[in-house]
Amino acid sequence: MVDVTLAPTMRRPEKIYSAKATTDTRLLVLAPVAMVLTELVLGWLRGAYLTPGATTDGAVRSMFSYDATSLITLGTVLAFFVGHLAPVNWLRDNLFSSVGNAVMTLFGLILIYGMLSGLFGFSVSHATWTGDNGEACRPNSGACWPMVHAKFAQFMYGRYPDGERWRVNLTYFLAAIGLVPLMIPRVPYKLQNAIFVFGVFPIIAFFLLVGGVPGLPHVATEYWGGLLVTLVVASVGITASFPLGIMLALGRRSRMPLVRWASVTFIEFVRGVPLITVLFMASVMLPLFLPPGWNIDKLLRALVGVALFAAAYMAETIRGGLQAIPRGQFEAADAIGLNYRQKMSMIVLPQALKLVIPGIVNTFIGLFKDTSLVLIIGLFDLLGIVQQNNTDQKWLAPTNAMTGYLFAGFIFWIFCFGMSRYSAFVERNLSSNEKR
Amino acid sequence: MTIATDHRSTPEPAGGTARPSIASYIYQRETREIIFQVVLVVAIVAFFYMIISNAAANLRARNIASGFGFLKNVAGFDISQTWIEYSNVASYGRAFMVGLWNTVILSAIGIVATTILGFTIGIARLSSNWLIAKLAAVYVEIVRNCPLLLQMFLWYFAVLKQLPEPLSRVDGVVKSTSYALPGGALLNTRGLFVPKPEWLPGAGYVLLALIAAIVGVIVLARWAKARQLATGQPFPVMWTALALVVGLPLIVYLLLGRPLQFEYPVLGRFNLSGGMVMLPEFVAVLLGLVFYTASYIAEIVRAGIVGVSKGQKEAAMAMGLSKGQTLRLVVVPQAMRIIIPPLTSNYLNLTKNSSLGGAIGYPDMTQVAGTINNQTGQAIESILMLMAVYLTISLLTSGFMNWFNKRMALVER
Amino acid sequence: MKHTMKLGLAAALAIAGATATASAQAPKTLDTVKQRGSLNCGVGTGLAGFGQPDDKGAWTGLDVDFCRAIAAAVFNDPQKVTFKPLSAKERFTALQSGEIDVLARNSTWTISRDSSLGLAFVATNYYDGQGFMVKKSLNVKSAKELKGASVCVQTGTTTELNLADFFRSNKLDYKPVVFEKNDEVVAAYDANRCDAFTTDASGLYAERLRMKNPDENIVLPEIISKEPLAPAVRQGDSQWFTIVRWVHFAMLNAEELGVTQKNVDEMLASANPDVKRMLGKEGEFGKGIGLENDWVVRIVKAVGNYGESYERNVGSGSRLKIDRGLNKQWSQGGLQYAPPIR
Repeated sequence: MVDVTLAPTMRRPEKIYSAKATTDTRLLVLAPVAMVLTELVLGWLRGAYLTPGATTDGAVRSMFSYDATSLITLGTVLAFFVGHLAPVNWLRDNLFSSVGNAVMTLFGLILIYGMLSGLFGFSVSHATWTGDNGEACRPNSGACWPMVHAKFAQFMYGRYPDGERWRVNLTYFLAAIGLVPLMIPRVPYKLQNAIFVFGVFPIIAFFLLVGGVPGLPHVATEYWGGLLVTLVVASVGITASFPLGIMLALGRRSRMPLVRWASVTFIEFVRGVPLITVLFMASVMLPLFLPPGWNIDKLLRALVGVALFAAAYMAETIRGGLQAIPRGQFEAADAIGLNYRQKMSMIVLPQALKLVIPGIVNTFIGLFKDTSLVLIIGLFDLLGIVQQNNTDQKWLAPTNAMTGYLFAGFIFWIFCFGMSRYSAFVERNLSSNEKR
Repeated sequence: MTIATDHRSTPEPAGGTARPSIASYIYQRETREIIFQVVLVVAIVAFFYMIISNAAANLRARNIASGFGFLKNVAGFDISQTWIEYSNVASYGRAFMVGLWNTVILSAIGIVATTILGFTIGIARLSSNWLIAKLAAVYVEIVRNCPLLLQMFLWYFAVLKQLPEPLSRVDGVVKSTSYALPGGALLNTRGLFVPKPEWLPGAGYVLLALIAAIVGVIVLARWAKARQLATGQPFPVMWTALALVVGLPLIVYLLLGRPLQFEYPVLGRFNLSGGMVMLPEFVAVLLGLVFYTASYIAEIVRAGIVGVSKGQKEAAMAMGLSKGQTLRLVVVPQAMRIIIPPLTSNYLNLTKNSSLGGAIGYPDMTQVAGTINNQTGQAIESILMLMAVYLTISLLTSGFMNWFNKRMALVER
Repeated sequence: MKHTMKLGLAAALAIAGATATASAQAPKTLDTVKQRGSLNCGVGTGLAGFGQPDDKGAWTGLDVDFCRAIAAAVFNDPQKVTFKPLSAKERFTALQSGEIDVLARNSTWTISRDSSLGLAFVATNYYDGQGFMVKKSLNVKSAKELKGASVCVQTGTTTELNLADFFRSNKLDYKPVVFEKNDEVVAAYDANRCDAFTTDASGLYAERLRMKNPDENIVLPEIISKEPLAPAVRQGDSQWFTIVRWVHFAMLNAEELGVTQKNVDEMLASANPDVKRMLGKEGEFGKGIGLENDWVVRIVKAVGNYGESYERNVGSGSRLKIDRGLNKQWSQGGLQYAPPIR
């Protein structure tokens, strides 16, 4: 960058504190710890701490009811940690460089405190930890954790028969064996690995989960539920949409006008309507479109809908990759006399697909989140089963819905956040490879 | 679609000297392509023929009514939020229109709000204030990685739980327990009640004054631009415009003796009545959509601003532009070029995601169509109508955004 | 595109073939059910007393018992039922498309459902009517006092329509708050979103148990509609229709004749000709409708008679404690009246 030297005085003197990096991470850990401690002490002072029935006020309401003591304590604790760990300059430059900045910092602190104390109040200090039924949770304004504990298996497997749950676990295990090496760039044998994950594994998983072969009794999909359905819908959706997406992407760039036209119509149609209408179509209309007497499993119908929906998005992602391949690659392939199929399968697609891995992962994240919509057509994915459990008479308590949603949100978040980190990692990896 | 032609792989025959083998190769290839396309068309036609004839046969066999005649029948159900005249004796078609308006208005408000929030957070992520930047990042990472439906459930139940009941009865004495907000607005579990403006005769002049002010601002802006181009002297258009748009109608309003009165919500037997009400369902769906979409827009905005090369900013500052001017005149226009295409698709996503409103009781188009389907049993018709409307909205929005994008690009250079 | 469609279709059809539940049209439903080895029964997604799964996925309820009774009659095994939970929206399509053999999901029998949805309701297994629930503190004594109230209701039900009719005919205004799922309706009412909650009276009693403070809610005396809740089958298969209908009548007859789960074995030796006919000791009535002669014995052994099933699921033996009311035997002043087995 030549122009940097033109205006050296305008550069902010940044990143000259060697302690900065460590401070950042420590602060990130310590600040919440400090706040949790504050809340614990304050809660104890108020007599609200872990005494069932003696809670002060609604935990969610307390989100905005911080008093002066809390703020002062919080400020002192924070200042204590920060003052000891961070150079004062860093503080001044990054948090209090001007009056406006200081106000924003203060605002940020209040926000953090409000959020954390609300969350903490609900999930820890006002929560119920033990009990055998909803009665135990009724007096408290916080989360009802024993409910999650009691329902955990159901949230994970739905009503999949107890004795057969090892099959689900084995499927997860196999998936992990296949996926982990596939996701680490350094591990060799990517092609064989991909063939296992996308070719062999689905077949094994199908027989493991559905059964119907000697030794594995048939488990109808009505018994599936919870995270199992979420994972099945998302992964089948993405796996099935992958080949469809490639075909649609190639179709959209084809020189044959009718093929192009058909692909564009399909892609734009699907992208133009909400997933929920596609799911309605799959669940309500599809049975009417089949010849009389044909019948498709409800889960399978949803899968068809999800796969077609995902295929349109996948096609656009892959098209982005195809467009990023330099024209020279196409021309070189033509020059050495490769036909269309060879050119695509040997030259263009391998490069393009590698480029779009982050995009595919992002599509997958979207799909993973969207699987929660299947609850609207009466399948019980994780969110669906959590919602259904709100009606369980044994565990009736006012905070159960919130507890269940928080739990489901946390699980979804772990998966999505993990995947988005992975996607960012691949992206960095790719761009560093680009530069050589 | 222009790209499709960029990588044509057919070697063009060189002038008239093409050798027969190449010619026959092309010939073969073209033939193959034609055959392939014919097969494709036949397959598509056969596919549609099959599903349509199956559907017809199924409907007949099961004695299910078909056709769009049902749209004229009396709907019989009520809808909680209506922007157009509707009652339970209106037709199914009318009910569908009510749902359509609910979707359109929700999406329109949502788009405006999410744009503001998204830009704020996107810019906050680049803030020099460490805490604010980190907070924005945490916001994005949390909100973006949770399903929207779940967030709507959370908002709905969290919002409702926070709010007071409309009234309390202690020993037979009825007392309003709503949160009183400035301007006579009241907030409780039944929604946000705001005074309803009622225009008295003469109010038209205020509107006229507003239009006049806007026209004035446009003229002023042109004049200021011309003057700046000619003399280099900038004119504080922003402030003058604000004064004009607010001041002129206000003066007219006061001169006419304030031709506006409000209908305030009052306490009824169960509830507040009168005024305008924003349903809690509406608020929850709106919050869900706005916060969720904003997390995506924030990332787009950040990428857009980061995407403007540093040299541009430095050059602008070297030219003596102030920080604000640099942002307004140099950074934003360039960033917008990067931002607009993905922004469009997020607006569309918001519109499509508004279809989840039904899950928490907001009567959007999908919900109303679902009810119609359920009362009439005409699944195919109601879903087709639904899809057609979403598709139209999508195409219109992307058409508009393409036009806007082009205009943006033209202004650029 | 072509590949997409072809592949999608091929895959769909292939797997459909694999898990096929065979034809809904040509073969008789009874044969299909026998061949499959289990009855596909459409139930609700969870309504206490009528159909609700527990942690292990075991379903209980009045409607569930009805399906178990059919399975007992056909297979002599009440466990040979696959319960398919359906939302209000999907229930009729599922039956039309053959996904389920019988719909036992507290659905109201109406003429339009008989005529334009291609359904055949067999017999009313629960006479219900729509009622209102309000908070005690509101001091409301009658539904006619609900002028200006917000009312929570589930969409896609006859309830929603009756509600509109009731307020229109009484010239009252109200604010409907409509949800897709029963759970959401209850949650919203409980969070004070509405002043009143309306559904079938049986549902009101069931849902009241789920409130924060059940005792603070009262059910108003008015019943504003007739809600004959009936199981339904597809039109066009009279044999299956007859079987399903007579399973219900068998449970009623058993109650009337005093045959219970406990005493059914002793009753086999009864001298009462009505009992003998019913339990298959005399005549070939079971064979006549395509079942075995001991069909009623199987049913009663599996789920008991109608009264037992009622008390266990919604009556005094349950948490709902709903009075038999209209669902008493005709001889006791109720509406449940079964044609005789002879």
